[in-house]
Amino acid sequence: MSSLRWSTFSAPSRFYALVNVLNPWLWGLAIALTLAGLYMGFFVAPVDATQGNSYRIIFIHVPAAWLSMVLYLAMAFWAAIGWMLNARMASMLARAIAPTGAVFTFLALWTGSFWGKPTWGTWWVWDARLTSELILLFLYLGYIALVSSIDDAVRGDKAGAVLALVGAVNVPIIYFSVVWWNTLHQGATISMTAAPKMAQTMLMAMLLMTLAFWAYAFAVVFTRAQALAVEREGHADWVRMVARKELQ
Amino acid sequence: MTWGSPAEFFSMGGYGLYVWGAYAVCLAAMLIEPWLARRQRLEALVAASRTEKDSL
Repeated sequence: MSSLRWSTFSAPSRFYALVNVLNPWLWGLAIALTLAGLYMGFFVAPVDATQGNSYRIIFIHVPAAWLSMVLYLAMAFWAAIGWMLNARMASMLARAIAPTGAVFTFLALWTGSFWGKPTWGTWWVWDARLTSELILLFLYLGYIALVSSIDDAVRGDKAGAVLALVGAVNVPIIYFSVVWWNTLHQGATISMTAAPKMAQTMLMAMLLMTLAFWAYAFAVVFTRAQALAVEREGHADWVRMVARKELQ
Repeated sequence: MTWGSPAEFFSMGGYGLYVWGAYAVCLAAMLIEPWLARRQRLEALVAASRTEKDSL
């Protein structure tokens, strides 16, 4: 084990093997945390005094919105690492994150809309928080379209890295939009510096669902990164060995 | 327990359409996405094993 370094799993072959070990645990964790979170959210957390039961949408809305921002930063980070250090696996990881980030951004918008209709009386409003989150969706889709339109993988990675890094400016804009502008969207209920302004059981349900979404995101991104590694290194010996073993 | 009956649970105090509309789409997305990712991996492995046969 003394040969293990930080870069050990940057080799696509080792990354592929590592994911095969990790993913069953990540899926198990995602399912267990989801069941616990939904139980807390629907059977333990009380009805909200002002919003009624419509507030239960936040148990998926807030985790999806958090993940949509965190995944963008992760995508930009790995794209930058791949670009600067010429690390193949890092660039593949950036590409693998993009669709999952887009899915969570779409879910944040969709669930927010289904919460906004009964609560605000409208499906959509062009306020700073909603608009900047919509721009995030377009950034993800733009990134996916850009990298997939360039045949040369390395050039595609570089172009994607530039787009991802420039677009990263949007993430703090989303996060602080409710502070900087007068938005219909409410401010943060949970912050690092103050006690949360919600019931313990509601908070617990939201945190469990957040952890569940994290586990899900890791597992699905890892699977997609495996697929990308196989696509790119189709002629390598390790791919042939994996294909022979897994296609039986 | 928060709910008196299953019907009460599904109606969500009149917000059933909104709550279940949000959760159903979320569930669908989180089932379809892993399925697509696994299919992409399988197709890549199949393609890789084909090129192997071609080169023999």
